[in-house]
Amino acid sequence: MDAILLQILNGLDKGSAYALIALGLTLIFGTLGVVNFAHGALFMIGAFCVVTLQKILNLSTVAIDPTKVDFLGNPLKVKTPYIVNWFGEAAGSAIINWSVPLAILFAIPVMLLVGYVMERGLIKHFYKRPHADQILVTFGLAIVLQEIIKACYGANPIPTPAPEVFRGSFDFGVWIGMAENAVIYPYWRLVYFAFSAIVIASVFAFLQFTTFGMVVRAGMADRETVGLLGINIDKRFTIMFGIAAAVAGLAGVMYSPINSPNYHMGMDFLVLSFVVVVVGGMGSLPGAVLAGFTLGVLESFASMNEVKGFFEAIYLPSIDQIIIYLVAIVILLVRPRGLMGRAGVMEE
Amino acid sequence: MFEKFQNNDRMLMLFFIFLVLAGPILLAPFGAGYPDLLQRFCIFGIFAIGFNILFGLTGYLSFGHAAFLGVGSYSAVWMFKLLTMNVIPALILAVIIAGLFSLLIGFISLRRSGIYFSILTLAFAQMSFSLAYSVLTPITNGETGLQLTLDDPRILDAANTSGSLPSTNFFGLTMNSTAKFEFFGMVFQFNVGFYFCAVMLILAFYLAMRIFRSPFGLMLKAIKTNQNRLNYTGVNTRPYTLAAFVISGMYAGLAGGLMACTDPLAGAERMQWTASGEVVLMTILGGSGTLLGPVLGAGFIKYFENIFSKINENVLHGWFSFLPDGLEDLIVWVLHFFVGKGWHLTLGLLFMMVVIFLPGGLLQGASHIIDWIRGKKQSSSTQISNPNSMPAE
Repeated sequence: MDAILLQILNGLDKGSAYALIALGLTLIFGTLGVVNFAHGALFMIGAFCVVTLQKILNLSTVAIDPTKVDFLGNPLKVKTPYIVNWFGEAAGSAIINWSVPLAILFAIPVMLLVGYVMERGLIKHFYKRPHADQILVTFGLAIVLQEIIKACYGANPIPTPAPEVFRGSFDFGVWIGMAENAVIYPYWRLVYFAFSAIVIASVFAFLQFTTFGMVVRAGMADRETVGLLGINIDKRFTIMFGIAAAVAGLAGVMYSPINSPNYHMGMDFLVLSFVVVVVGGMGSLPGAVLAGFTLGVLESFASMNEVKGFFEAIYLPSIDQIIIYLVAIVILLVRPRGLMGRAGVMEE
Repeated sequence: MFEKFQNNDRMLMLFFIFLVLAGPILLAPFGAGYPDLLQRFCIFGIFAIGFNILFGLTGYLSFGHAAFLGVGSYSAVWMFKLLTMNVIPALILAVIIAGLFSLLIGFISLRRSGIYFSILTLAFAQMSFSLAYSVLTPITNGETGLQLTLDDPRILDAANTSGSLPSTNFFGLTMNSTAKFEFFGMVFQFNVGFYFCAVMLILAFYLAMRIFRSPFGLMLKAIKTNQNRLNYTGVNTRPYTLAAFVISGMYAGLAGGLMACTDPLAGAERMQWTASGEVVLMTILGGSGTLLGPVLGAGFIKYFENIFSKINENVLHGWFSFLPDGLEDLIVWVLHFFVGKGWHLTLGLLFMMVVIFLPGGLLQGASHIIDWIRGKKQSSSTQISNPNSMPAE
């Protein structure tokens, strides 16, 4: 029982990342009808927003401190971040400590802008081109963005620690009345899951309860009719693209303590999140979320020793490496529209 | 220039044969006359020609063709290990295994079309990559890659007494033997491996041309144009698309086998999905749906990969040393992002430019230029080509 619970929890953080990226992908596909292979790159840019903020916050003055000497008796150089000079010791180091959550504030405008520029500058010209062209041009864009990041930040992963409060693990089992040390769980994963739940809920709420969301949903159903009613649907779709980019970026921001940002993380997640979108059903938002969490949890179940042992006995070792693809292939063949896809959408 | 050949198969074929066989001479002035690179041109040319049969002719965008390349490589190396170092059995096995593998994958993926097909092939390729990387370690030797060893059985070959690894050969002609000639200060290298690959490329090109001109090729074009209409007229398109998929898979297997012939080892990284992206790039860049385009694109990208990635800041400083110091540093600083390790950036930008401005690829660009020159000479009313249409084969 506790082992199963642990695997579910373990799967949730990966599942959250899949779900958030897939949600954005589906949003873009549902509104603009564009297959965006550069979405993984947006996730990566989000993660690098944290790196940038961390760098900015750590900008320091270097001064020689005469009170401190090393073992040869030479005075030491001491780095003091500007932020500590301005806000004082306690507040300054607290701000640096909290750089990952703070990066959310920093990332939202950046990602909205990136999404806006991308849509207006590039994607706009590809609405009427075939899907193959959209895939190709966004794939090219993904390569370019990836290389720019590599040129700016180098090829090595850059550690971005979570705030000190959330480092380490806690006993999740005791919380829900189980035996001690049964389910030990890192804090940040729980934060990540909670955060993604909030983001997903607010995207759904935004689409469901605002006039803007209503118009967008109408536009998703029938773009031309909405246009005929005198609504500038293009403008709203552009904003939705920005929001989708922001969702992917935020997923990247909060994922950065779990896995240090590196330049190829976008491509790593992209393939899987496309598989997630297809399993969930192209253009279905709940489907993307459901499939994201399901596949994430399935992946962590498949890495359990018991499950692995079982599959090894039937000549399928390392099932955890391929489980997602297997599931995707089976789903696509049995139910082409995906788990919650509407009939007729891309189902030729 | 190209249009003349486009309407005349025999001329095109002769032109192509000349171009390939004279490669070591023609490309030597560009610094690309060495066998390693020339072999890569041929191998990726074959890969791209095969991919073009599926993508350019039939209109199915597969993002998983690197899997067949990898499978071809692995089976060729196994043939070297078990049977003989002769390349012919290895290539035959590579093509057959890749064909069977693509039959399996094609049978499943071709149930869907459009974006679903792309993602299915992507998923399959990524799965084969994971399989080759970890699961099937007894066959693929995991992350180390499959290599020749001294104690391999090699049943047909004579016992190896030299104490070093044998090299691949074509009935006694070793693949890496090279004849060098110096002429006007340039070194021309004529390499057995290259000429073997070149003959394979010419055969592959000829076969592709026959397919393009056959009724079967016409059917594939019809599928690309409007599959629905074809279905309504009562044509079952599945066997045709499957045949196209398997043929292109076999081409990829041949390319993978040749890779193993020139350098007998096989690794899983050949199967990664970015490697599939590369062949898509080649085809698009040269001009998908054209005969010559994919080969051109493959050559172009491999050339850039090898030449661009070798340019470093010192070379750039050498080039721009005539400029004033500040300007020189600025230009070198800007350009160094695009060369050397950053050449992928150039590749990505180039790729975007081609998709945005030149959907027909380099060949279309060339024909645009020719049209433009001709349009200047003649009156504009005789303009034949329609800028929106894909170039004819």
